[in-house]
Amino acid sequence: MGLLSDPNRRRALISLLTRLNSPICVVCYMAGVAWFMGLAFEPFTLRTYMSENAMGSTMVEERFPAGERALTTGREFSAHKKKAGGMPVDWLVKTMQARGLEVFTQRFSRKLPFPDENKERYMVKGTNVYGILRAPRAPRTEALVLSAPCTPGDSNNQAVGLLLGLAQYFRNQIYWAKDIIFLVNEHDLIGMQAWLEGYHHTNTTGMDWSPLQGRGGSIQAALSLELSSDVITSMDLVLEGLNGQLPNLDLANLFYAFCQKIGVLCTIQGKLQRNDWDSVSGYSHSVQTMMLMVMKQASGRPWGDHGLFLRYHIEAASIKGINSFRQYKTDVTTIGRLLEGMYRKLNNLLERLHQSYFFYLMPSLSHFVSIGYYMPAFGLLAVILLLRALDLWVQLATPPPRTEDGITDKEQVSSPGVLSVLTPLVISHLTGVALYTLPIQFQEMAVEQFPVSETEAVVLTAIGVYTAGLALPHNTHRLLSGEGTEQGWRVLKLVAVLYLAVLLGCTALINFSLGFILALTLVPVAAFVTPHVPKVLSAFILVILSPACTLLFSVFFFQELQELPVSFQEGWLLYLSVISQGILDHFLYGSLVYPLIALLVYPCWLLFWNILFWK
Amino acid sequence: IYLFTYFFFLLLYIAFMLFIVFDNAGQFFSSGHTNNWAVLVCTSRFWFNYRHVANTLSVYRSVKRLGIPDSHIVLMLADDMACNHRNPKPATVFSHKNMELNVYGDDVEVDYRGYEVTVENFLRVLTGRLPPSTPRSKRLLSDDRSNILIYLTGHGGNGFLKFQDSEEISNVELADAFEQMWQKRRYNELLFIIDTCQGASMYERFYSPNLMALASSQVGEDSLSHQPDLAIGVHLMDRYTFYLLEFLEDIHPASKTNMNDLFKVCPKSQCVSTPGHRTDLFLRDPGSVLITDFFGSVRKVEITMETINLTDPINPVNGELQIRKYSYVDQLPVSEIIHQKPKQKDWHPPDGFILGLWTLILLVFFKLYGMKHLKHIF
Repeated sequence: MGLLSDPNRRRALISLLTRLNSPICVVCYMAGVAWFMGLAFEPFTLRTYMSENAMGSTMVEERFPAGERALTTGREFSAHKKKAGGMPVDWLVKTMQARGLEVFTQRFSRKLPFPDENKERYMVKGTNVYGILRAPRAPRTEALVLSAPCTPGDSNNQAVGLLLGLAQYFRNQIYWAKDIIFLVNEHDLIGMQAWLEGYHHTNTTGMDWSPLQGRGGSIQAALSLELSSDVITSMDLVLEGLNGQLPNLDLANLFYAFCQKIGVLCTIQGKLQRNDWDSVSGYSHSVQTMMLMVMKQASGRPWGDHGLFLRYHIEAASIKGINSFRQYKTDVTTIGRLLEGMYRKLNNLLERLHQSYFFYLMPSLSHFVSIGYYMPAFGLLAVILLLRALDLWVQLATPPPRTEDGITDKEQVSSPGVLSVLTPLVISHLTGVALYTLPIQFQEMAVEQFPVSETEAVVLTAIGVYTAGLALPHNTHRLLSGEGTEQGWRVLKLVAVLYLAVLLGCTALINFSLGFILALTLVPVAAFVTPHVPKVLSAFILVILSPACTLLFSVFFFQELQELPVSFQEGWLLYLSVISQGILDHFLYGSLVYPLIALLVYPCWLLFWNILFWK
Repeated sequence: IYLFTYFFFLLLYIAFMLFIVFDNAGQFFSSGHTNNWAVLVCTSRFWFNYRHVANTLSVYRSVKRLGIPDSHIVLMLADDMACNHRNPKPATVFSHKNMELNVYGDDVEVDYRGYEVTVENFLRVLTGRLPPSTPRSKRLLSDDRSNILIYLTGHGGNGFLKFQDSEEISNVELADAFEQMWQKRRYNELLFIIDTCQGASMYERFYSPNLMALASSQVGEDSLSHQPDLAIGVHLMDRYTFYLLEFLEDIHPASKTNMNDLFKVCPKSQCVSTPGHRTDLFLRDPGSVLITDFFGSVRKVEITMETINLTDPINPVNGELQIRKYSYVDQLPVSEIIHQKPKQKDWHPPDGFILGLWTLILLVFFKLYGMKHLKHIF
């Protein structure tokens, strides 16, 4: 007979499962964490390599000569920017037309749901300027994008200058097979979102923009340039985009290949590569780089202007020039050559980049870990939930052996009321909906009542609703007439554990980092919580492992990783601003982290809180 | 006895002269072909396969230079590199870096271009099974006295060659196509050159007579490309064809270089892969096959100052045209051809000389020992 259909063997398996459940869970958890930490160990990673044949092994000789002229243009741009007090539209249009591009502008405006204190804006109005370099002999079916943001103040002037210098150089060449669009966007991500929506005729975020007069064909790849100094010491590559989406690894490979060819120092996450992987400090360096990437991906916000392209299946990355205190400086001509080489290679593409990985982690710029290698870490954590669910199922199927008196027996025989299980579910989800909608809706009321700004009102309302949810179990039980049964909490826990497993699984597929971090904190909660554990201690642990506190710790951890540790005060303020940015990201660009946490993860956690206080 | 000796030496001299005359005539007609054809095929498309087009065009250029006209060349190019949008030097295809040699020129005639280069079209060209509407330039109109050069290049593997990134031709199909050509008497001798990875696998299966094959690499080896050009941004040629082109540039229509020199082109030190060749199906000795037998279109011409009287045209008798009966030549004299052994080039003394020598020996013997012993023999 088969393993599962033979009653004897089945009984043996089940008893094994129930006896060893907790040890196996603990072992799985340790194994999952160890696997994750081992991902950064260099022998377990693979070297990056170019997968796309069309971008193959031959390089061209880059000949971009006009670095100095680019810097002069940048200075002119800066002067005009100061004079115009924003984007110098007329000057930009005139300069781009002088370089032979077809120039168009786009107006956009957006009223934020509440003022953004980090960037100090509320009613945003702006103009994007872009010029299209038409391919001399090709049909206008494909395009590449090079963009530089127009930021207020003194930053990114050199980026715009280099963009215009490259535009002039590219215009003189005849080997372009795709149109190249040179875009200068205002108000960074908001402007970029308006431009992309206008280009692709979609309107997902409720922004107001004028339609684009000129188009260039379907965009194959995009690079965003951020350069704020005349000379740089290294170039940083930023890959993480909206909702943790990453561009195709071939784009990173291309960047790395050219860095090596031209001899520019290149970093990822701002960290240089080290060769001593077998020493402790070398390993911890890779771990730090990988954890920075995990943190950035989990936050779900676009970390550069490129982040919004990924949603339209356009491979994009941001390149930042960093000027630190190093002796060897690279000038703008070399950066121009690097970009020229990259664009010539992208020019050779026949199809969109699809040969290399879309899901990966990079412990350094030359090594990567693909989805096949990092998913088992999450899988081991998910297995714990499944084991717990099986255990509960077994407990529910076989009545417990103890029979103290007849009354207890009778109670256990009767099945738990559907109401007693459904009520916590519904109430938790309603709380989640409240957490999602109330902060924005009632910000005016809150501002009238309390002496706080709108942003603070929103954030504090969110925290308020969150904490109010903690008081729910007592109120729920007052509502219910009867008392919950032993079976009742088991059924609820079974439902909650399976719900959490599905939720975390789906999240990890789309955004592995977010799924893994949530799993790290929520899986122990789900595993050990019962009404019979010591209440006060477990309540404390549950609160520590709740999503809000995970976010708080992540903020501190992130600052530590970046080697900018903060004190508790500053950390708390940073935490509040992270919450407000998260809510803004959702309304401005469609980031899904805030609705996920508010509508799904928080109710799930509340279910466990309910189980803890089950009577 | 002196009369005999004199007679004997006269016999010797005449036999020798006859032999020399016969030898010259043999050399005059040793190759057996009267016209030359070339089928040059490049099977890959896309900009990064620039080198395959450059390979084919280099061989085209040599073949044209050595005398084969465009009407006898079937050139198949799967993609247009000269007018590709990514070509920084439009209307050119270079084979040497620093743009020394433009093999595209201004008189290229491509017969099959772009998507017309398919396995089906290639096999139809070889076997002649083309629809009646096909123009002459797209046909291989060879006969049983044609020497054909077939050159293939592209991406290949063990036993197959990839056409256009979407289909393959296998070595069995190719061997069968050549057998069809043999049975339809579409070639006299055929030289097959292939420059792909694992090219030797393509000629393993040949079984028709009079085929000689060369490949740029053995099974399990990759054929490598030669040099990238930094201005154009691609590899310009494959190694084997690069050195083949260099070799062919030294050939002129009157050169006497033979196939053994062609086998030595691109040794392992230059090519990294090991070029291979196959001559067991070829009936002549490769050392006697000239390069120009396949790569050029060399005619043997004898200039004469005599006048030749042509016969009078046939006059109709009694106003009627004489009807001549025609009959078919034996289409498949295979047995004759296959079992015909090549003439040995080693020099043997003429038969008359041997006979005379033995007669002399016998006469001397009997002179010495007397005629009475003759009785014992007869």
